[in-house]
Formats: sequence, C-alpha cells, structure tokens
Amino acid sequence: MRFDVVQHLPALQVVIPLLGAVLAAFLRRGIVAWGLASVVTGLMPLIAGGLLWQVLQAGPISYHLGGWPPPWGIEYRVDVLNAFVLLLVSAVSAVMMPFARRSVAFEIEGDKQASFYSMYLLCLTGLLGITITGDAFNAFVFLEISSLSTYVLIAMGRDRRALLAAYQYLIMGTIGATFYVIGVGLLYLVTGSLNMVDIASRLGPASAEHFRPIVVALAFLTVGVSLKLALFPLHVWLPNAYAFAPSFATAFLAATATKVAVYLFIRIFFSIFGIAVSLESLRVCDVLLALSVAAMFIASVLAVYEQNLKRMLAYSSVAQIGYITFGIGLANQNGLTGGAVHLFNHALMKGALFLALGAVLYRAGTVKLAELGGIGRRMPLTFAAFVIAGLGIIGTPGTAGFISKWYLALGALDQGRWPLVFLIVASSLIALVYIGRVVEVAYFRATSEAAEKASDPPWNMLVPILVLAVATVYFGFFTELSAGIAAKAAQTLIGGLK
Amino acid sequence: MMLSQPPEALILAAILIPFIGALLIPVFHRVPNMRESVTLATAGALFLTVLGLLGPVLAGARPEALSIEVVPGLTLAFKVEPLGMLFALVASALWIVNSIYSIGYMRGNDEPRQTSYYVCFAVALGSTIGIAFAKNLFTLFLFYEALTLSTYPLVAHKANAEAIRGGRIYLLLLLGTSLVLLLPAIVLTWALAGTIEFTPGGILEGKASGAVIGLLLALYAFGIGKAALMPLHFWLPAAMVAPTPVSALLHAVAVVKAGVFAIVKVVVYVFGLDALRASGQGSWLIYVAGATVILASLVALRQDNLKKLLAYSTVSQLSYVVLAAAILTPISMVGAALHIAAHAVSKITLFFAAGSIYTAAHKTEISEMKGIGRRMPWTMGAFAIGALSMIGVPPTAGFLGKWFMLTGAMQTSQWFVVGVIVLSTLLNAGYFLPIVVTAFLREPDNNPHGEHHAHGEAPWPIVLALTATAIGTLALFWLPDIPLALARSMLEK
Amino acid sequence: MQHVQTFIGHYNYFITIFLMVSGLYIVIARGNMIKKLVGLALFQTSVYLLYIEPGKIIGGTAPILDPAFKVYSNPLPHVLILTAIVVGVATLALGLAIVARIHEAYGTIEEDEIFAREAQE
Repeated sequence: MRFDVVQHLPALQVVIPLLGAVLAAFLRRGIVAWGLASVVTGLMPLIAGGLLWQVLQAGPISYHLGGWPPPWGIEYRVDVLNAFVLLLVSAVSAVMMPFARRSVAFEIEGDKQASFYSMYLLCLTGLLGITITGDAFNAFVFLEISSLSTYVLIAMGRDRRALLAAYQYLIMGTIGATFYVIGVGLLYLVTGSLNMVDIASRLGPASAEHFRPIVVALAFLTVGVSLKLALFPLHVWLPNAYAFAPSFATAFLAATATKVAVYLFIRIFFSIFGIAVSLESLRVCDVLLALSVAAMFIASVLAVYEQNLKRMLAYSSVAQIGYITFGIGLANQNGLTGGAVHLFNHALMKGALFLALGAVLYRAGTVKLAELGGIGRRMPLTFAAFVIAGLGIIGTPGTAGFISKWYLALGALDQGRWPLVFLIVASSLIALVYIGRVVEVAYFRATSEAAEKASDPPWNMLVPILVLAVATVYFGFFTELSAGIAAKAAQTLIGGLK
Repeated sequence: MMLSQPPEALILAAILIPFIGALLIPVFHRVPNMRESVTLATAGALFLTVLGLLGPVLAGARPEALSIEVVPGLTLAFKVEPLGMLFALVASALWIVNSIYSIGYMRGNDEPRQTSYYVCFAVALGSTIGIAFAKNLFTLFLFYEALTLSTYPLVAHKANAEAIRGGRIYLLLLLGTSLVLLLPAIVLTWALAGTIEFTPGGILEGKASGAVIGLLLALYAFGIGKAALMPLHFWLPAAMVAPTPVSALLHAVAVVKAGVFAIVKVVVYVFGLDALRASGQGSWLIYVAGATVILASLVALRQDNLKKLLAYSTVSQLSYVVLAAAILTPISMVGAALHIAAHAVSKITLFFAAGSIYTAAHKTEISEMKGIGRRMPWTMGAFAIGALSMIGVPPTAGFLGKWFMLTGAMQTSQWFVVGVIVLSTLLNAGYFLPIVVTAFLREPDNNPHGEHHAHGEAPWPIVLALTATAIGTLALFWLPDIPLALARSMLEK
Repeated sequence: MQHVQTFIGHYNYFITIFLMVSGLYIVIARGNMIKKLVGLALFQTSVYLLYIEPGKIIGGTAPILDPAFKVYSNPLPHVLILTAIVVGVATLALGLAIVARIHEAYGTIEEDEIFAREAQE
C-alpha cells in the first residue's frame, strides 16, 4: 500500500517535531541542532498550510490515530479554528528560527545549546499536539509535554532568577494542568467519553441529570486552562518567566504558548460546553469579561511602572491576553472574531517586540530602560520594528491591532454594552504610555554607555524582526488570512452554540 | 504633463508622492543640498498633482481612487470633494513655502538631525493629503493618526527636557483623544448607520435618537483633538517647543487644519446640516466654541512670548471654524471653509516672522522686540499683514471668512455668535496691534550688557518664504474665486 | 441514617478529596521548595484515584473476552492514569532538578530567604 503523505498530514504535524526533539537530544554541536530545528520548524507551516487549505476546501478533517475510530481511539480533528492556530504557531516559529542561532549562541553555553533546541522542538510538539487533537485527555498529555519543556527552556536563562521563575511556573503550571485533568475526569464520569465531539453530544442529555458535576467540571477546566494562558489574576508566573528566559524562548513562548492555551479555552467553551448547555445559564461569560477588563487595566498599569523591558512586555502580554478573553467572554460573532484575530495579531506583534528586545540584549547587553538612552538611534531598523509593533499593541489604525479592537468594540456594541467599548479604547491609552515611554528614551535621551557600542544586529537576527513588523502592518490592511478566517471559525463556533 | 493624467492616477500620485519623497530623502543623508532639493521637488510635484485635480473638481467631478476592503465596513478609499480639494491645495502650496523656509531656518540655526526632520515632514504632508482625500471615516482616522505620529518627532525635535515633555503632551492628548473618543464615535456610527462613508446630506438622519446624536457630536468634537476645542487645547501651547517651521506646519499647514477640516467634514457629511439642525443637539457646540474663542484670546492678551501668543491665537481662530460649523447654515459653512484657507496663509506668515526674528536676532519675547521693525522691515511688514488678517481687516484674507460667518449668524439670529465674533475681533486687535506698534514705533532699549548683536534680516530663504505668504494673504482677499467656488459646491447634494 | 449511608458508600471519594485538598494546601502554605513538591505530588496522586475508583466494579474482573466473565472493570482509566503517572514522575523529577540548581545558586531552598536575598540586590 502506498503511503499517502497528504492523508497523514495531521499525524506528521506532531510526529516530525517529536522525532526532531529526540534526535536533537543526541546532538552535541549547537549549530547542527539549530539546523535540524530549523528544518523541522520550516516544514511545520507547510503542513499546517496544507491542512488549512484542505479544511477550507472540504470541511473538517478527522484523522484516526492508529486506525482506531473515535470515540475509542484518539482522533485528530482539524477544523477552521485549529488549522488557523496551527498555521499561526508554526509560521511564527518558522519566521523566528533564523534569529535563534546567534541569540541562543550568545545566551546559552555551548554544550547546552543542543538540548535547548531539543526542548524547543518538544515544546513545539506539545503546542501543535494540543491544537490538533480532538481528545480531551490527549490534550492534557500534550499540555504537559509543552509545559515541562517550557520549564526547562525558562530555567536555561542566564540569570539565576530564571531558576526561580521556572520553579514558580512549574508549581503553578502543574496545578493548572492537574485542575484540567480533574475537569476532564469529571466530564468522563458524566459522559463516559474523552473525545471532545463525543463529550459534547453526550453532555446535553447528561446535563439534565448531572448538572452540578458539569458545572464543577467547567470550573476546574476554566481555572486550569486560565492558569496556562495567564488570565488575570492567575498570571503571576508569567512576568518572571518571560523576563528571565532566554530571549528566543521568551519570544517563542509569548507568541505561541499562551495562544495555544487560549485555543484550548475556546475549544472547551464553545465546542464542548456551549454545544451542550447554554453558556448564559452557566454565567461564566460575565466573570470572564470582568477578569479580562481587570487584566487590560491592571496589567497595563503594571507595565507602565516596569523598568525591565522584557518584564514590561510580559505585563503587556497579560493585558493583551485580556483582550482575547474579552472577545471570548462576549460570545458573539464579532466578539469572538475579535478574540480570535487578536490571538493571531498579538502573536505577530509580541513576537516582533520580544525579538527586538532579544536583539537589544545581544548588542547592548541590557534590557533595562534606564540604561538604553538613545538606543533607537543606534539600532534604527530594530527600533523601527519595535515602534511599528508597539503601535500595533496600542491599536492605531493601519496595524493589525486596530483590526482586533474594531471587532471587539463591535462585539461589545452588539451586546448593547457600549461602556465596554470605552474600556477597550481607554486601556489602549495605557499601552500608549508604556510604549511611548520606551520610544522617548530610545530616541530622545542622550546616548547611554550601553547604547554607544550598539548597532543593528546581523541580518539573520534582523530579518525575522522586520518580517514580523511588516506582517503587523500587512494584516492591518489585508485581513483575508487573519480576520477572514477568524470570522469563519467564529461563525462555526457561534453557530453551534445552544 | 501631469495635468492630463486621469484623476484616479492623480489622487494616488498625490498620496504617494510625499511618501516616496520620504523614502528618497534619507538616501541623500550626507549631501544636504541634494536632500533639500528632493524635499523641494517633492513639494513641487505634490502641488502640481493636486492642482491637476482642481479642474475636474470645479467642473463638478468627484473623482475616486482605490478601494481596499480591510474588513467588512472598513474600506481604504479616496474621493476628492470640494472641501478636501481646498484643504489639499492650501496644504500642498504652503508646503513648498514651508520647505524653502525650513532650509533657511534649519541651516541658520544649525539644527541637528535634519534628515529625519525632512522625512517626518514629508510623511506628515502625505498624511495630510490622505486626510483631505479620505472617502470615509476609517481612511480619515488612519491618516489622522499617521499625522499625529509623524509630527511627534518634529515636536520633540530638540530632545531637551522641555521638548520631550511637550512631545509627550502632544502625543498623549492627540492620540489619546482620538483613540478614546473618536474611535468609539466611528464604531458607533458604523453600528447605527451601517456605513461610515462621507455622504452629502449625512448618513445618520433618522438612524438615532436625539440623545445619541448629541453624544456622537460630543465624541467627534472632542475626539478630534487637533481642533483644539477647550479644554483639550493645551497640547498646542505645549508643542511650541518645536522649531518654528514645525510650528508653522502644526498651526497653518497640516495639523490643526486637519482637525477643523475633520470636524466640518463630519458635520456636513456624517450628520448632515439639516438633520443636525432638526435634532437640536448642536447648540451646545456653539457655546463651547464661542467660549474657546474668547478665553483663548484673553490668555493670548497676557503672553509676552511671541510663539505662545500665536499658539493661543490659533486656539481662538480654530474655534471660529468650529463655531461656523456649529451655526449649521450653508453660508456659515462657506465661511468655515474660507477661514481654514485664510487662517492657514495668515498664520504661517506670522510664524515665519517669529522664526525669522529668532534666527536673526535670537529673540522670543515681545518686550525685547522694540524697534525691531526697522532692522527687519520685510519680516515685520509681513507680520503686520498677517496680524491684520487675524483681526479680520480688509483687504486681507481673514476678512472673508468672518464676513460669511457673521452673515450666517445674523441670518439665523444667533446673537451670541455675533457677540463672540465682535468681541474677539476687538481682543485680537488688542494683542496683535501692540506688537506691530512695538516693532515699528518704539525706540530700541539701550543695551546695558553689550550683548546686542548688530543684525539685519534673516537668511534670504526665510525672507522669501514669508514675503510669499504675506502676498498670499492679500491675494486671497482679492481673488477668492477658487476657494469660494469650492466651498459653495461642498454643500450641493 | 441516610446521610451516613451516603457517606460510607462514597468514602473513597472523601479520601480522594482530602488528599487533593491537603496536597494543594501544602503547596500553598509551605515555603520549603521540596515540601512544596511533595504537596504537588500528593495533589496529582489524588487525581489518579479520582479516575480509577469509578472504573472499578466490585466483583468485576479484568476485561477479558470470555463467556465465563460477565462483569469486568473499565480498563480505560488505568491506561489514562498510567500516562498521568509518567507525567507526574517527570514533573517531580524536573522540579527536584530545578530545586537542586536553586540550591547551588542561592545556597538555600527556603522561599522567604531567597526572596529576601533578591530584594536586597
């Protein structure tokens, strides 16, 4: 029998990086491991793109792992939403790979570089696995694969505080994952199934009899996944983890890891519970909205007072995740589109910002704002990208961030809650303050000692930064790939709601 | 050559030329003469291109270009209508003069970072043309923000503590108001009307209750912070730290004009004059604008710093335009449109003169300028013409706009407005005439410290520029046909 | 009487919940990093019970397809928990490794001491 590659794309999406991770673990030279990781990562968007194309042409793909049909076997289920996330995660990672070589060589000792790439590939495996799988327990396994490798990635940071950050994240992440398993366990007790589609179809009839366990399961799942996606106030692990991890790891995680957790969140809300039970009766959306607004404001204000730029961006991430969950909480067509498209846009913008900081660290040796006077004049291209991506975070028109806010505002209006519109825009004002603060120091302060010796990084670091910055602008005007697909995904999800 | 192109191509060219210029300028970073030539060539090309659109627009055409649908409802599109034509014409003409002046000023004062200065200037002009030709609120908003962002580095150009502070206020206030008030207004408009396209007669008629219309008007009026309606005016005095040609750009060519232009455009093409009058929600704007006119004039009376005085004068003059728009009669709209043009040429003359004094004599305070008119007759002559225009004395351009506004106010028996215009005219005279008197009639102080340098006129590009705009101020009074025709055809449905 | 019966009938669940809560409590209340990990392991282990208990049927056998056996226990939870145990062991191992490195870097594994030291710097 001929092995049909196209047919097995869903499995290859996960298996290739997994094998790559194992292989990389046996390598000794960093540059070889980097080459391997680059090739593997480079294949990922091709596979994801193929899957997305198939889904758009022919509808959802159901892949039966090992030939066992669902609900008994593990099913990989690809629909518009997760094909979109797969493409996002893999494409952003692929764009970032050229940056990794010098940055990782600079920040990590020679003999550990190969294991760094091994862990990176393992993390990628986990993230893609969570996204592609249609099995709730399988998602847990992938969640832990990605989490465990993430702890290692963070612990490899140069500063000894990286160890503390990794430990802190390990504790909280494990609690989160365990909450998730408890939730899945309860669902399993009620429905006798682990396949997401199957759970959803059985949950409706079961809810009449066992309403309370279902609510408890939702609570556990929500808290568990919220820990992973750093929903305020469960975000405390994130700022230190992002601040002390190696630059490449920070950029990679900021762009992908939280996004995948958000995806899982959407899946649980809309594809499992929303189908079976009316979300309104669970009153979870209002809680989510309140927490999201709190994240948008409190985390943004914390970012304003932060001196370490990496940590400032980390707080900004918490705030931006607030926008995404805000869209989920609105639970209508425009709102969910806004959330989903912001998931995409934020990955690009934060990726660009963190990579730019990585370049700053590489050239100037510090990311403390006070030591970076005049750095914008010394690293013109890097900071041009920083400013563009920063404008995206603020949400100025002409950048991808504006598109997200437009949809979120429409979603809030559709619900008749127009004060929420003002909350969205008011919080972007705080983003203006923390981005503007950096711009001021970088361009208008006297050149500092650290900035004096700095210059734009070599092209292989610069190009990924610029590509992501250009993408921020591109997706501010041409949104077929971002908002278009997000709207399609939202339509499916909202359409399925009870 | 350019005049024979189809209008669509001209529109795109007008938008793109400044941006292309902005890309070319850094190429000649090390060859200042080439760099400045590129700026001038870009400005000239832009003016010719815009001029090429004038004929068709006067003939009644409303050429359009480009239509990129970003997301459903948000389209990047351009359409030239008379008011935008007028604005683009004024801005592009003044850019040429301003560039000549800039060259003299920047070289005369040995300013640093001149390349990035010219780049930002070109981007700002491109954004201005984008605002002028915007077909819908989204396009307007996009370029409105681009204008703020591109002028921010110009405001903070000097990079000292004061400039950084001024830039911070500038950015926070302009970007802040537009994000927090204007954007929700646009979202709300889209949600109510299902379109955000500028349409003669407005798009909101019958779509919303009176209270919502009132709220929307407030969101627009204060959201367009560039119009400097009190109490959101203080970015303008703060931005005075910028080099003088930048102040001229802010006050005359682009920024504040973009603000009042946007307000007039929103009133005419989003609300619709008749619809807004019928809703009865516009009257509060008259009082806010009227109060701004008077209060800003009162503050200006007390200023000794010439640029600060000019800044408050601008705040006051801008609210004339808003006031005229708020009267909601066709004739006052014509006044508003004319005043945009008249104020532009007059105020740029005044700023050029202020910068000329700074360059030649390094003086910024009015009390130091005794007798300076004898040393710098061209500069102060032009200043006098600009000042008369600000007061509204014929035969200067400023008279025209005020005349139409007064007519409009009297027609509708809005005696508050009439009172505001009369009183403010007196106040304008009260703070402008003493400067002219000081400059020409007072004896210079004896110089006890011996630091008085003998100085004459400023460098020739500066004198050339300010003479040109002074002549323009006079010419607009005698030859108002084109702006008048444009202003009138704006109101045809 | 009925409540007592319910309690006795579900005693295993109460034990599970007790373990779960005490594990979580240790994680939150203890400042010693090793003890925290112990608590974490306890917390995770309690979840294993949560899965396995309902799968067991009294008198049931292993699921062997044979006419002689009519009642058998659900094998799936066991399989799932096998995976979960592997995950748990890996987490614990990694946690201990990180704690060991923290001990090398700071000379202590008491959280308050470490934070006090960081605050000084």
